[in-house]
Amino acid sequence: MEQGKKQFRKERIDRGIYARSADIFAVSSWQEMTYLLLPRAVPVILLLAMPLILELTGNTYWAKVMVVLAILGIMAMSWDLLRIAGMFSLGQALFFGLGSYVSAALNHYFHWPIFLTIPVGTLGGALLGTVLLIGTLKLRGIYFAMVTLAFPLLLVRAIQATNFLGGTEGVATDAFPNYWVGAYVSMGALLVCFFGFRRLMNSDWGLVARAIGQDDIAVTASGINVFWRKVQVLFIASGAAAFAGTLITHLLMYAGLSSFSLDYSILPVASVVIGGSGNFAGALLGSAILTFATEALRALGPLRIALYSILMVIFALTVREGIFPYIERRYHQFERKAEII
Amino acid sequence: MSTSPVLQVEGITKNFGGVRAVDAVSFDVYSGDFLGIIGPNGAGKTTLLNLITGFLKPDTGKIFYQGKNITGWKPYKICELGVARTLQMVRPFYHLPAYKNIIIPLCSPRALKLSGSKYGERDDIALDYLEEVGFERDTAVPYKPAGILPHGYVKRLELARALAMQPELLILDELFSGMSMSEVASTMFVIEKLREKGITIIMVEHRVKELVRVANRLLLLNFGQKIVEGPPMDVVGSPEAIKAYLGTSEEVEQ
Amino acid sequence: MAGVIIFGLAKSLELALIAIGFSFVFGISGIANFAYGAFYLLGGFLAYIFFTSVGLPYWVAAIVSMIILFVIGALMYRFAVQRIRGAMLSEVIVTMGLGIFIIEMLRATGFIGHNRYLPAFIPGYIEIAGVGIENQRLMIIVIGLLLFLILWAVTRYTRIGLAFRAMSQDELTALSIGLNSNYLAMFSMGIGAVLAVIAALCIIPQGFLTVDGAYEVLIYALAVGVLGGLGSTVGIIVGAFILGYAQTITATLFSSQWVMVVTFLAIVLVLLIKPSGIFGKQKELEERV
Repeated sequence: MEQGKKQFRKERIDRGIYARSADIFAVSSWQEMTYLLLPRAVPVILLLAMPLILELTGNTYWAKVMVVLAILGIMAMSWDLLRIAGMFSLGQALFFGLGSYVSAALNHYFHWPIFLTIPVGTLGGALLGTVLLIGTLKLRGIYFAMVTLAFPLLLVRAIQATNFLGGTEGVATDAFPNYWVGAYVSMGALLVCFFGFRRLMNSDWGLVARAIGQDDIAVTASGINVFWRKVQVLFIASGAAAFAGTLITHLLMYAGLSSFSLDYSILPVASVVIGGSGNFAGALLGSAILTFATEALRALGPLRIALYSILMVIFALTVREGIFPYIERRYHQFERKAEII
Repeated sequence: MSTSPVLQVEGITKNFGGVRAVDAVSFDVYSGDFLGIIGPNGAGKTTLLNLITGFLKPDTGKIFYQGKNITGWKPYKICELGVARTLQMVRPFYHLPAYKNIIIPLCSPRALKLSGSKYGERDDIALDYLEEVGFERDTAVPYKPAGILPHGYVKRLELARALAMQPELLILDELFSGMSMSEVASTMFVIEKLREKGITIIMVEHRVKELVRVANRLLLLNFGQKIVEGPPMDVVGSPEAIKAYLGTSEEVEQ
Repeated sequence: MAGVIIFGLAKSLELALIAIGFSFVFGISGIANFAYGAFYLLGGFLAYIFFTSVGLPYWVAAIVSMIILFVIGALMYRFAVQRIRGAMLSEVIVTMGLGIFIIEMLRATGFIGHNRYLPAFIPGYIEIAGVGIENQRLMIIVIGLLLFLILWAVTRYTRIGLAFRAMSQDELTALSIGLNSNYLAMFSMGIGAVLAVIAALCIIPQGFLTVDGAYEVLIYALAVGVLGGLGSTVGIIVGAFILGYAQTITATLFSSQWVMVVTFLAIVLVLLIKPSGIFGKQKELEERV
């Protein structure tokens, strides 16, 4: 036994307050209920209130940023969903661009109103994206990454060359009828996506999807049609990203080659790597960080994407968990020094 | 016992490049049988199981289950008919709690149809299956992540996974490897109970002693070929079996 | 007609040169090096800098550039990829992130102003069968064939080539017989980078140095790989020829507009019919069971 100096070690203790069955928390006091509800309520309140606050204070520029946040957030969550099921996408821009172009074409050439182009654009983008990638689902995950990377870049050049759908100039589209519709459709969609995806992944359907991401052979041996489940996940994720694409079309009043740009593929990945993967809250947090960073660092111009990519690499090599799991841990546990006896 | 076989394997062959892993193997399994498949390492036993369960497509030959031609069917479709298998290289879902590992097969179409379970009910059903294979129910063990369980538990988890699909034909691939004597005994007890329920069992094993006691037929495989088939004691004592495992007396003398 | 054959040949070997660097690394170490485009760009850029600003003779500049890129490739493996080897998602993120970082940094810092040209090996053009063709394109054919010959000879007849083949077939077994898979992977990534530089030096003189060319190269490497089957040299050559001739024929018969569409459709088709590529060595399900 060592005499003299006391030795300490760090100890993590759960703030044990709840029992859980299925999806109901058994709580017994207001204090406990606040503890649980607060983290969920904060983003909801913030996101729903911000457009109002910004408009009233005349900050219409930052209001547009909120919509961008919604778009990036949805893209990040869509990427995370694919990742959880074992599909690593380097091309969210593919679904984004497809959704953007489908809704733009319907709006520009056929004069469909926004409340139609958005859902149909979402569905169209999801279908096209799924069909294009369906062949890679039977291969190793890396093929999915490669093909998702190549397709948007190829499509850009194909559209450029053939002047299809407006070619290099793109097509003009209608804007949202007014600011409020745009802002609250975006915020609402973001929240629906967030809570919806979480609910989905907590269900048994989601459990199977998660298992596929870990070990698809074992899932096959358990009698599940893994290919079909992957198709379903792909459809949902690509639908979310396509929806984001339809939003940007009507936000910018324009759809063009930039919809397929690499930025839209990389930013969601960077968001999730920085924010933390697996529970969608990290995706939301990471996309919030990057959205505001993008605005704050506007002066840097094209250097920004270099910054995000190197940040992404650093996080992937070192911190790996992401920021949100760290925050979550500190919230649910507390550390103290315990004496080693 | 019915008169027509539950499983008919006819002349299936599988080549990997230049290697013939399974060579024109044929046999029948009748309802309620307990067929043991034995043979030295590399004999092609696991490849044979992979062929029967759809993980591999045979190059030639046919496979019939309950009269249906299932040659070339995908694994999940074969599972739907009531065939379940354990994997030789056990792969639990490491980060998921043990009982959640069982929920996944409970979500297979067959299990859903037969049990009619809903979300929330499956947790208890999963725990029931774990109890059936020997996980002590009221302890923390079923809730631990599968990755930290000791090997014997992991193997029994694998068995529970197969059982959760409510199979009529259960195929076990070296289930006992790495298990202690007491674990083998208790697991064998579970398997015998399954047999009493009328489930047909095919078991690939190296521990021939246990097999001989419970199996009603044995099949010896070597170099991908069926060497001997018949009642256990006949197969074990046959000259071919001795040659396969120990070599002939000339080889031994050398 | 003769023009189609000759230009098609040049185009095919051009594509093969682009693709081989990527496929080589992938086949041996299983790493998809998404920084491949960055290596291509950086190699060309460094050669340009050494040639113009530093004033070295061109062939020296080329060799220095290759050496530097070899080191960069090996170091990237050693300090970035090796740490997260096996975690496919992290491998993808790290190589992609580093690649983009390099490309975008070059865009933001090095490319303001005038176009940058790399000299052709033998300037001018000659006539073959009544068709005028730049010497550079012929050089691509010659160098391409030579390179594949050397690669084939090395992998078949040298010890290091044997080690590479062992590793590409089964890394675990290679490890167990004493091959240091980390050194081999490092070496292969270095070689992949050098191959990228060679491709750059051959191809860039046909146009000029552009940042977006880096992304193009990556797409083409992927496209040829998906078409022909990654990891298989034969597959790369076949894929490159199919794509090369498809592009040339399209450009000649219809117009160069449709070339990209044809490329896109070719990949979609292959993915629907035989996703692992024509000569794809995609492991069947059972080898993972």
